[in-house]
Amino acid sequence: MAVLMEVKNLVTRFYTQEGVVHAVNDVSYPLHEGETLGIVGESGSGKSVHVLSIMGLIPTPPGKIEQGEVLFRGRDLLKLKSEEMRLVRGAEIAMIFQDPMTSLNPVLNVGTQITEALKLHLGMSNTAANTRAAELLDMVGISDARKRLDNYPHQFSGGMRQRVMIAMALSCNPKLLIADEPTTALDVTIQAQIIELVKRLRDELRMAMIWITHDLGVVAGIADTIQVMYGGRIVERGPVKEVFGDPRHPYTLGLLKSLPRLDQNSKNSKLVQIEGAPPDMRYMPQGCSFAPRCPYCIERSLQERPPLEPAKEGSGQHLVACWVDVREGVTQSG
Amino acid sequence: MGREALLQVRGLKKYFPIVSGIVFQRQVGAVKAVDDVNFDVFKGETLGMVGESGCGKSTTGRTVLQLYKPTAGSVIFEGRELTTLPAEELRKTRKRMQIIFQDPFASLNPRMTVGSIISEPLVIHRMFPNKREQQEYVEQLMERVGLNPFYINRYPHEFSGGQRQRIGIARALALKPSFIVADEPISALDVSIQAQVINLLSDLQQEFGLTYLFIAHDLSMVRHICDRVAVMYLGKIVELGQTDEVYDNPLHPYTQALLSAVPIPDPIAEAKRQRVILTGDVPSPARPPIGCNFNTRCPVHFDLCHHDPDPPLVEAQPGHWVACHRVTP
Repeated sequence: MAVLMEVKNLVTRFYTQEGVVHAVNDVSYPLHEGETLGIVGESGSGKSVHVLSIMGLIPTPPGKIEQGEVLFRGRDLLKLKSEEMRLVRGAEIAMIFQDPMTSLNPVLNVGTQITEALKLHLGMSNTAANTRAAELLDMVGISDARKRLDNYPHQFSGGMRQRVMIAMALSCNPKLLIADEPTTALDVTIQAQIIELVKRLRDELRMAMIWITHDLGVVAGIADTIQVMYGGRIVERGPVKEVFGDPRHPYTLGLLKSLPRLDQNSKNSKLVQIEGAPPDMRYMPQGCSFAPRCPYCIERSLQERPPLEPAKEGSGQHLVACWVDVREGVTQSG
Repeated sequence: MGREALLQVRGLKKYFPIVSGIVFQRQVGAVKAVDDVNFDVFKGETLGMVGESGCGKSTTGRTVLQLYKPTAGSVIFEGRELTTLPAEELRKTRKRMQIIFQDPFASLNPRMTVGSIISEPLVIHRMFPNKREQQEYVEQLMERVGLNPFYINRYPHEFSGGQRQRIGIARALALKPSFIVADEPISALDVSIQAQVINLLSDLQQEFGLTYLFIAHDLSMVRHICDRVAVMYLGKIVELGQTDEVYDNPLHPYTQALLSAVPIPDPIAEAKRQRVILTGDVPSPARPPIGCNFNTRCPVHFDLCHHDPDPPLVEAQPGHWVACHRVTP
């Protein structure tokens, strides 16, 4: 399939009073049309900052995109003027956020908020925009849509607000939907509703999607490709089945082992834990950023940063940044 | 069973009043956060309490500890009725029961050092007349929960989330309690840190013979750590039993939907799963539906479910309790 977007050598830093935060460090990857990319990482892994960089939403200062290109359908988004970017944002690339309450304006009714984009990007008249807005609310499963347009965000529950956000995001038929932890604040039964909804709409509208989360289970159910980030870099990337079935980076491996499974009884065993804590992004180690916590760490990991390369005996799509082959690597604990 | 109950909760209710008016306030309703809950916690076990936000699981934990005064019901802890205990007696009993909170930042005073946070319960209950001994004990505790005693004079903001949670655990352990309510102790932590805290909690349980009431919404973690599990919905327990039994053979339609909604980190297993997707949201606990609380979202509801009284919690199979008209007509 054709490449929709290509991120090349993206570097984003924040210049704060406490020091320079190296949030995104040389991230490159392609995204194909219709592909769903799941990005997994902990807080501070750079997963959110890198999509905000793509969208031109990094507050500058303190943030600064130091280098890189984001080629979206042939154009470099990072070189666009802010007015040009505004025409891309919302129309071609839409985004939904974690907390639907803080991303909706509390003093405007949802009808006004949905129609804003329709009028701006598609030049619709008031009546046409209202009709379309009601259709959109109906599409995301909000009943009695026409009446609900007059409601304010506080009159919706958390799950319903996220549906409103999705309706807004999809209003201009974007080519790419970026979802930044959209279900993290929701209860698990509501999360299941939202994921089903997004999957259905994705297939109907043939969108590409970037789904950012810390929940490996969610990625397993929704993504075609998974990308694991740590310390502002991609440490492993590949087709979902291949990465879950045969994880090659010690961090991915550790995460998968540390999670108990709903469908398995693990009561008599201890969870395999990853020691230590995520890195302080102000002080990036010289070598691999996972080295201080890594059970497979070798001398070279401390000195030299491993490049993202095809995994040995992998499909070629499966990339990993590690000096050690975890299948034969020796852990220090034995 | 023949196991000794450390804690017996009977008919526990906690209603929060809804008041109207500014000067002349009058009660216009009540949020039924906990509505007639019955359960036992056996000595040495971990009882999980799961459910979605607003189901009353945290309120249950806090009402059990008498941090909220119950509206009705009885809580018997180590043979003593807590709800009628005089304040001074209750304070003494508190040594035996402690709580670990969800947010490891909000629950630690930012102006107190780690040492003073952990020793505060010791000072209140006058455990150590000798300052020197107290400090030694605090250092031992820190070491036990995986904190370097060297940092005893540091402040909470100098620690990461996982370490802060360890401070909270050390504080809860300080008085050598027999019972700890762990109120979502890992929800605020990064995935790679959660396993560390869970392993620590289970080590401490074995070492000190602790009994836990583990409140959580992460159902996978509950399966790992809990011996038995209670599922709550809108202020009531809808199912209670051995964890494996409840997970492998859920009887209540809500438990079935809840379990099927949890994503599993395995794309092959995920592709094969059948999901029960519930429609709608949880009703407001201020206006619960008539009859069974779950009837507004239940995929298998029928006439009886829409009439009072709501289904009682009955033992459908040995040790496996459920409140559903479908299961026990």
